[in-house]
Amino acid sequence: MWITVASGKGGTGKTTVAVSLALSVKNAMYVDADVEEPDGALFIKPVIKETFPYTEPIPKIHTDKCIFCGKCADACVYKAIAILKPIRKAMFFPELCHSCGLCAYVCPVKGAIEEVPKEKGKIRKGGKDSHKFMEGILNIGEASATPLIRGMKKYIPKDMDVIIDAPPGTSCPVVESVEDSDFVLLVTEPTPFGLNDLELAVQIVRKMKLPFGIVVNKHEKNNNLVRTYANKEGIDILAEIPFSKEIAEAYSRGIPVVNVIPNGKELFANIFRKIKERLNE
Amino acid sequence: MNRVKEVVILSGKGGTGKTTLTASLSKIIPDKVIVDADVDAADLFILLEHTRKKSTKFRGKSVASIDKNKCIKCGECERQCRFDAIHKDSDGNFSVNFYKCDGCALCTYVCPVHAIQMNEEIVGDWYVSETAFGTMVHGHLIPGAENSGNLVTLLKHEAQLIAKEKGIKRIIVDGPPGIGCPVISSLSGATLALIVTEPTLSGIHDLDRILSICKQFRVEAKIVINKASINKENVEKIKQFALKNSIEIIGEIPFDRCVVENLSQKLTPIDTDNCKTVRKEIEKISQYISARF
Repeated sequence: MWITVASGKGGTGKTTVAVSLALSVKNAMYVDADVEEPDGALFIKPVIKETFPYTEPIPKIHTDKCIFCGKCADACVYKAIAILKPIRKAMFFPELCHSCGLCAYVCPVKGAIEEVPKEKGKIRKGGKDSHKFMEGILNIGEASATPLIRGMKKYIPKDMDVIIDAPPGTSCPVVESVEDSDFVLLVTEPTPFGLNDLELAVQIVRKMKLPFGIVVNKHEKNNNLVRTYANKEGIDILAEIPFSKEIAEAYSRGIPVVNVIPNGKELFANIFRKIKERLNE
Repeated sequence: MNRVKEVVILSGKGGTGKTTLTASLSKIIPDKVIVDADVDAADLFILLEHTRKKSTKFRGKSVASIDKNKCIKCGECERQCRFDAIHKDSDGNFSVNFYKCDGCALCTYVCPVHAIQMNEEIVGDWYVSETAFGTMVHGHLIPGAENSGNLVTLLKHEAQLIAKEKGIKRIIVDGPPGIGCPVISSLSGATLALIVTEPTLSGIHDLDRILSICKQFRVEAKIVINKASINKENVEKIKQFALKNSIEIIGEIPFDRCVVENLSQKLTPIDTDNCKTVRKEIEKISQYISARF
């Protein structure tokens, strides 16, 4: 079973919840898909056994074969290629390229455009005790996290309990992280920001027709902001984690909430059990 | 024509306090246009009371659509698509996944019967609004849509036009989290990146990555440590890191429950009297920016 932990708003506690959940489920795998800012390793402290580059193909234009017809530049919607016919010059802007392969496809001359791998980031695999760990790290200056997330998912076993830590926001990288999951856990905080971004996240998972539930983090007594919303929308709140300076302070030192609150393991194992029950209904 | 100075508030890690700080600074620093560049999860409007003056549709990527009457179900588009966006649906027809389609148009070329065409989709709206503290340019994307970088560029361009027309001195931009496309668009052409960090291991880790981006795009960076009283040791670590990299720390905002309490009421820490220490530090940061940028 794959569970993706997402939130919309950043800093609501996705990572601490995802790590805590993974550590509370026997033999589970934690996957850090927040590849722009992967922080899960700071909490899990895994032993890394394998690191390898993630590459995507980009075109290499061989100017000795290129006839400067300009078909590739005309076809490229990302404007990543410019062909200057009069002076027989081909220019390629790698930061604009989306690795779609269209330029090579439309090129009329065999061998004028060769697709070569370019490193976009790294994937690291390892583990801690009985738990497996994987993370993606996007290279600095790379524009899109989506291909790396897509690439990383190929290494996630289908038959394992997997917790995927999604990036913040509501755009493509989040959709890619959530897609193919069996359940989405939305972590929110009871503030107007948290609620606003939760509503956006709910729109996505509903459109994607995925089952989902809410964990309220930094919950305060007498604050019913999220409860009222969840009741109205008929969404399950699977857990409420209280706000405390002790949790925040432990977090600052890289200790996940599961190891701070009393009965932490039970609380998170319970979330997992509820999800499993719901999916078996 | 010269660009109006842009101060961009960034953080790498989400939830460090970008939007709260931006709203507070916007209320103190005079003579500016305000931009919310976190178009994936735009929250600045919650803290700044505003009236919409102009609303425009944002056209983002084009998405492929397959004419099932022309389609011969050869599957070549599915095989060639690098974004895994085309699959057979339950009726046996090939269809395009709106979220996964990157808009590259390769499928329109590979289709032997020309059954695929690209349609430009409306993926969001953007607005020009008036607040008591100046004009605000903001927008929102349909959840799941891409091209936030393009929308950020558009918002900043509009802010530049407004600032030039009205003779306004500076633009304050509330940036998105992360280090990807919308962050790069926010940084592009900026005068100063104000990095809001927190003294947590995650905060420090992400600070390092966001500063690398600033360096790569040659934008001067300054640091604000938010929630500073959570972990004094980590504050020291940030200070040493800043010193080593010759980056100035222009503010240390203490952790205070009053900030969250105010936010629950849609108020910034500078709106009330219960948040004096936080307010004082934000005023100091405002003066620093007003004097130099």
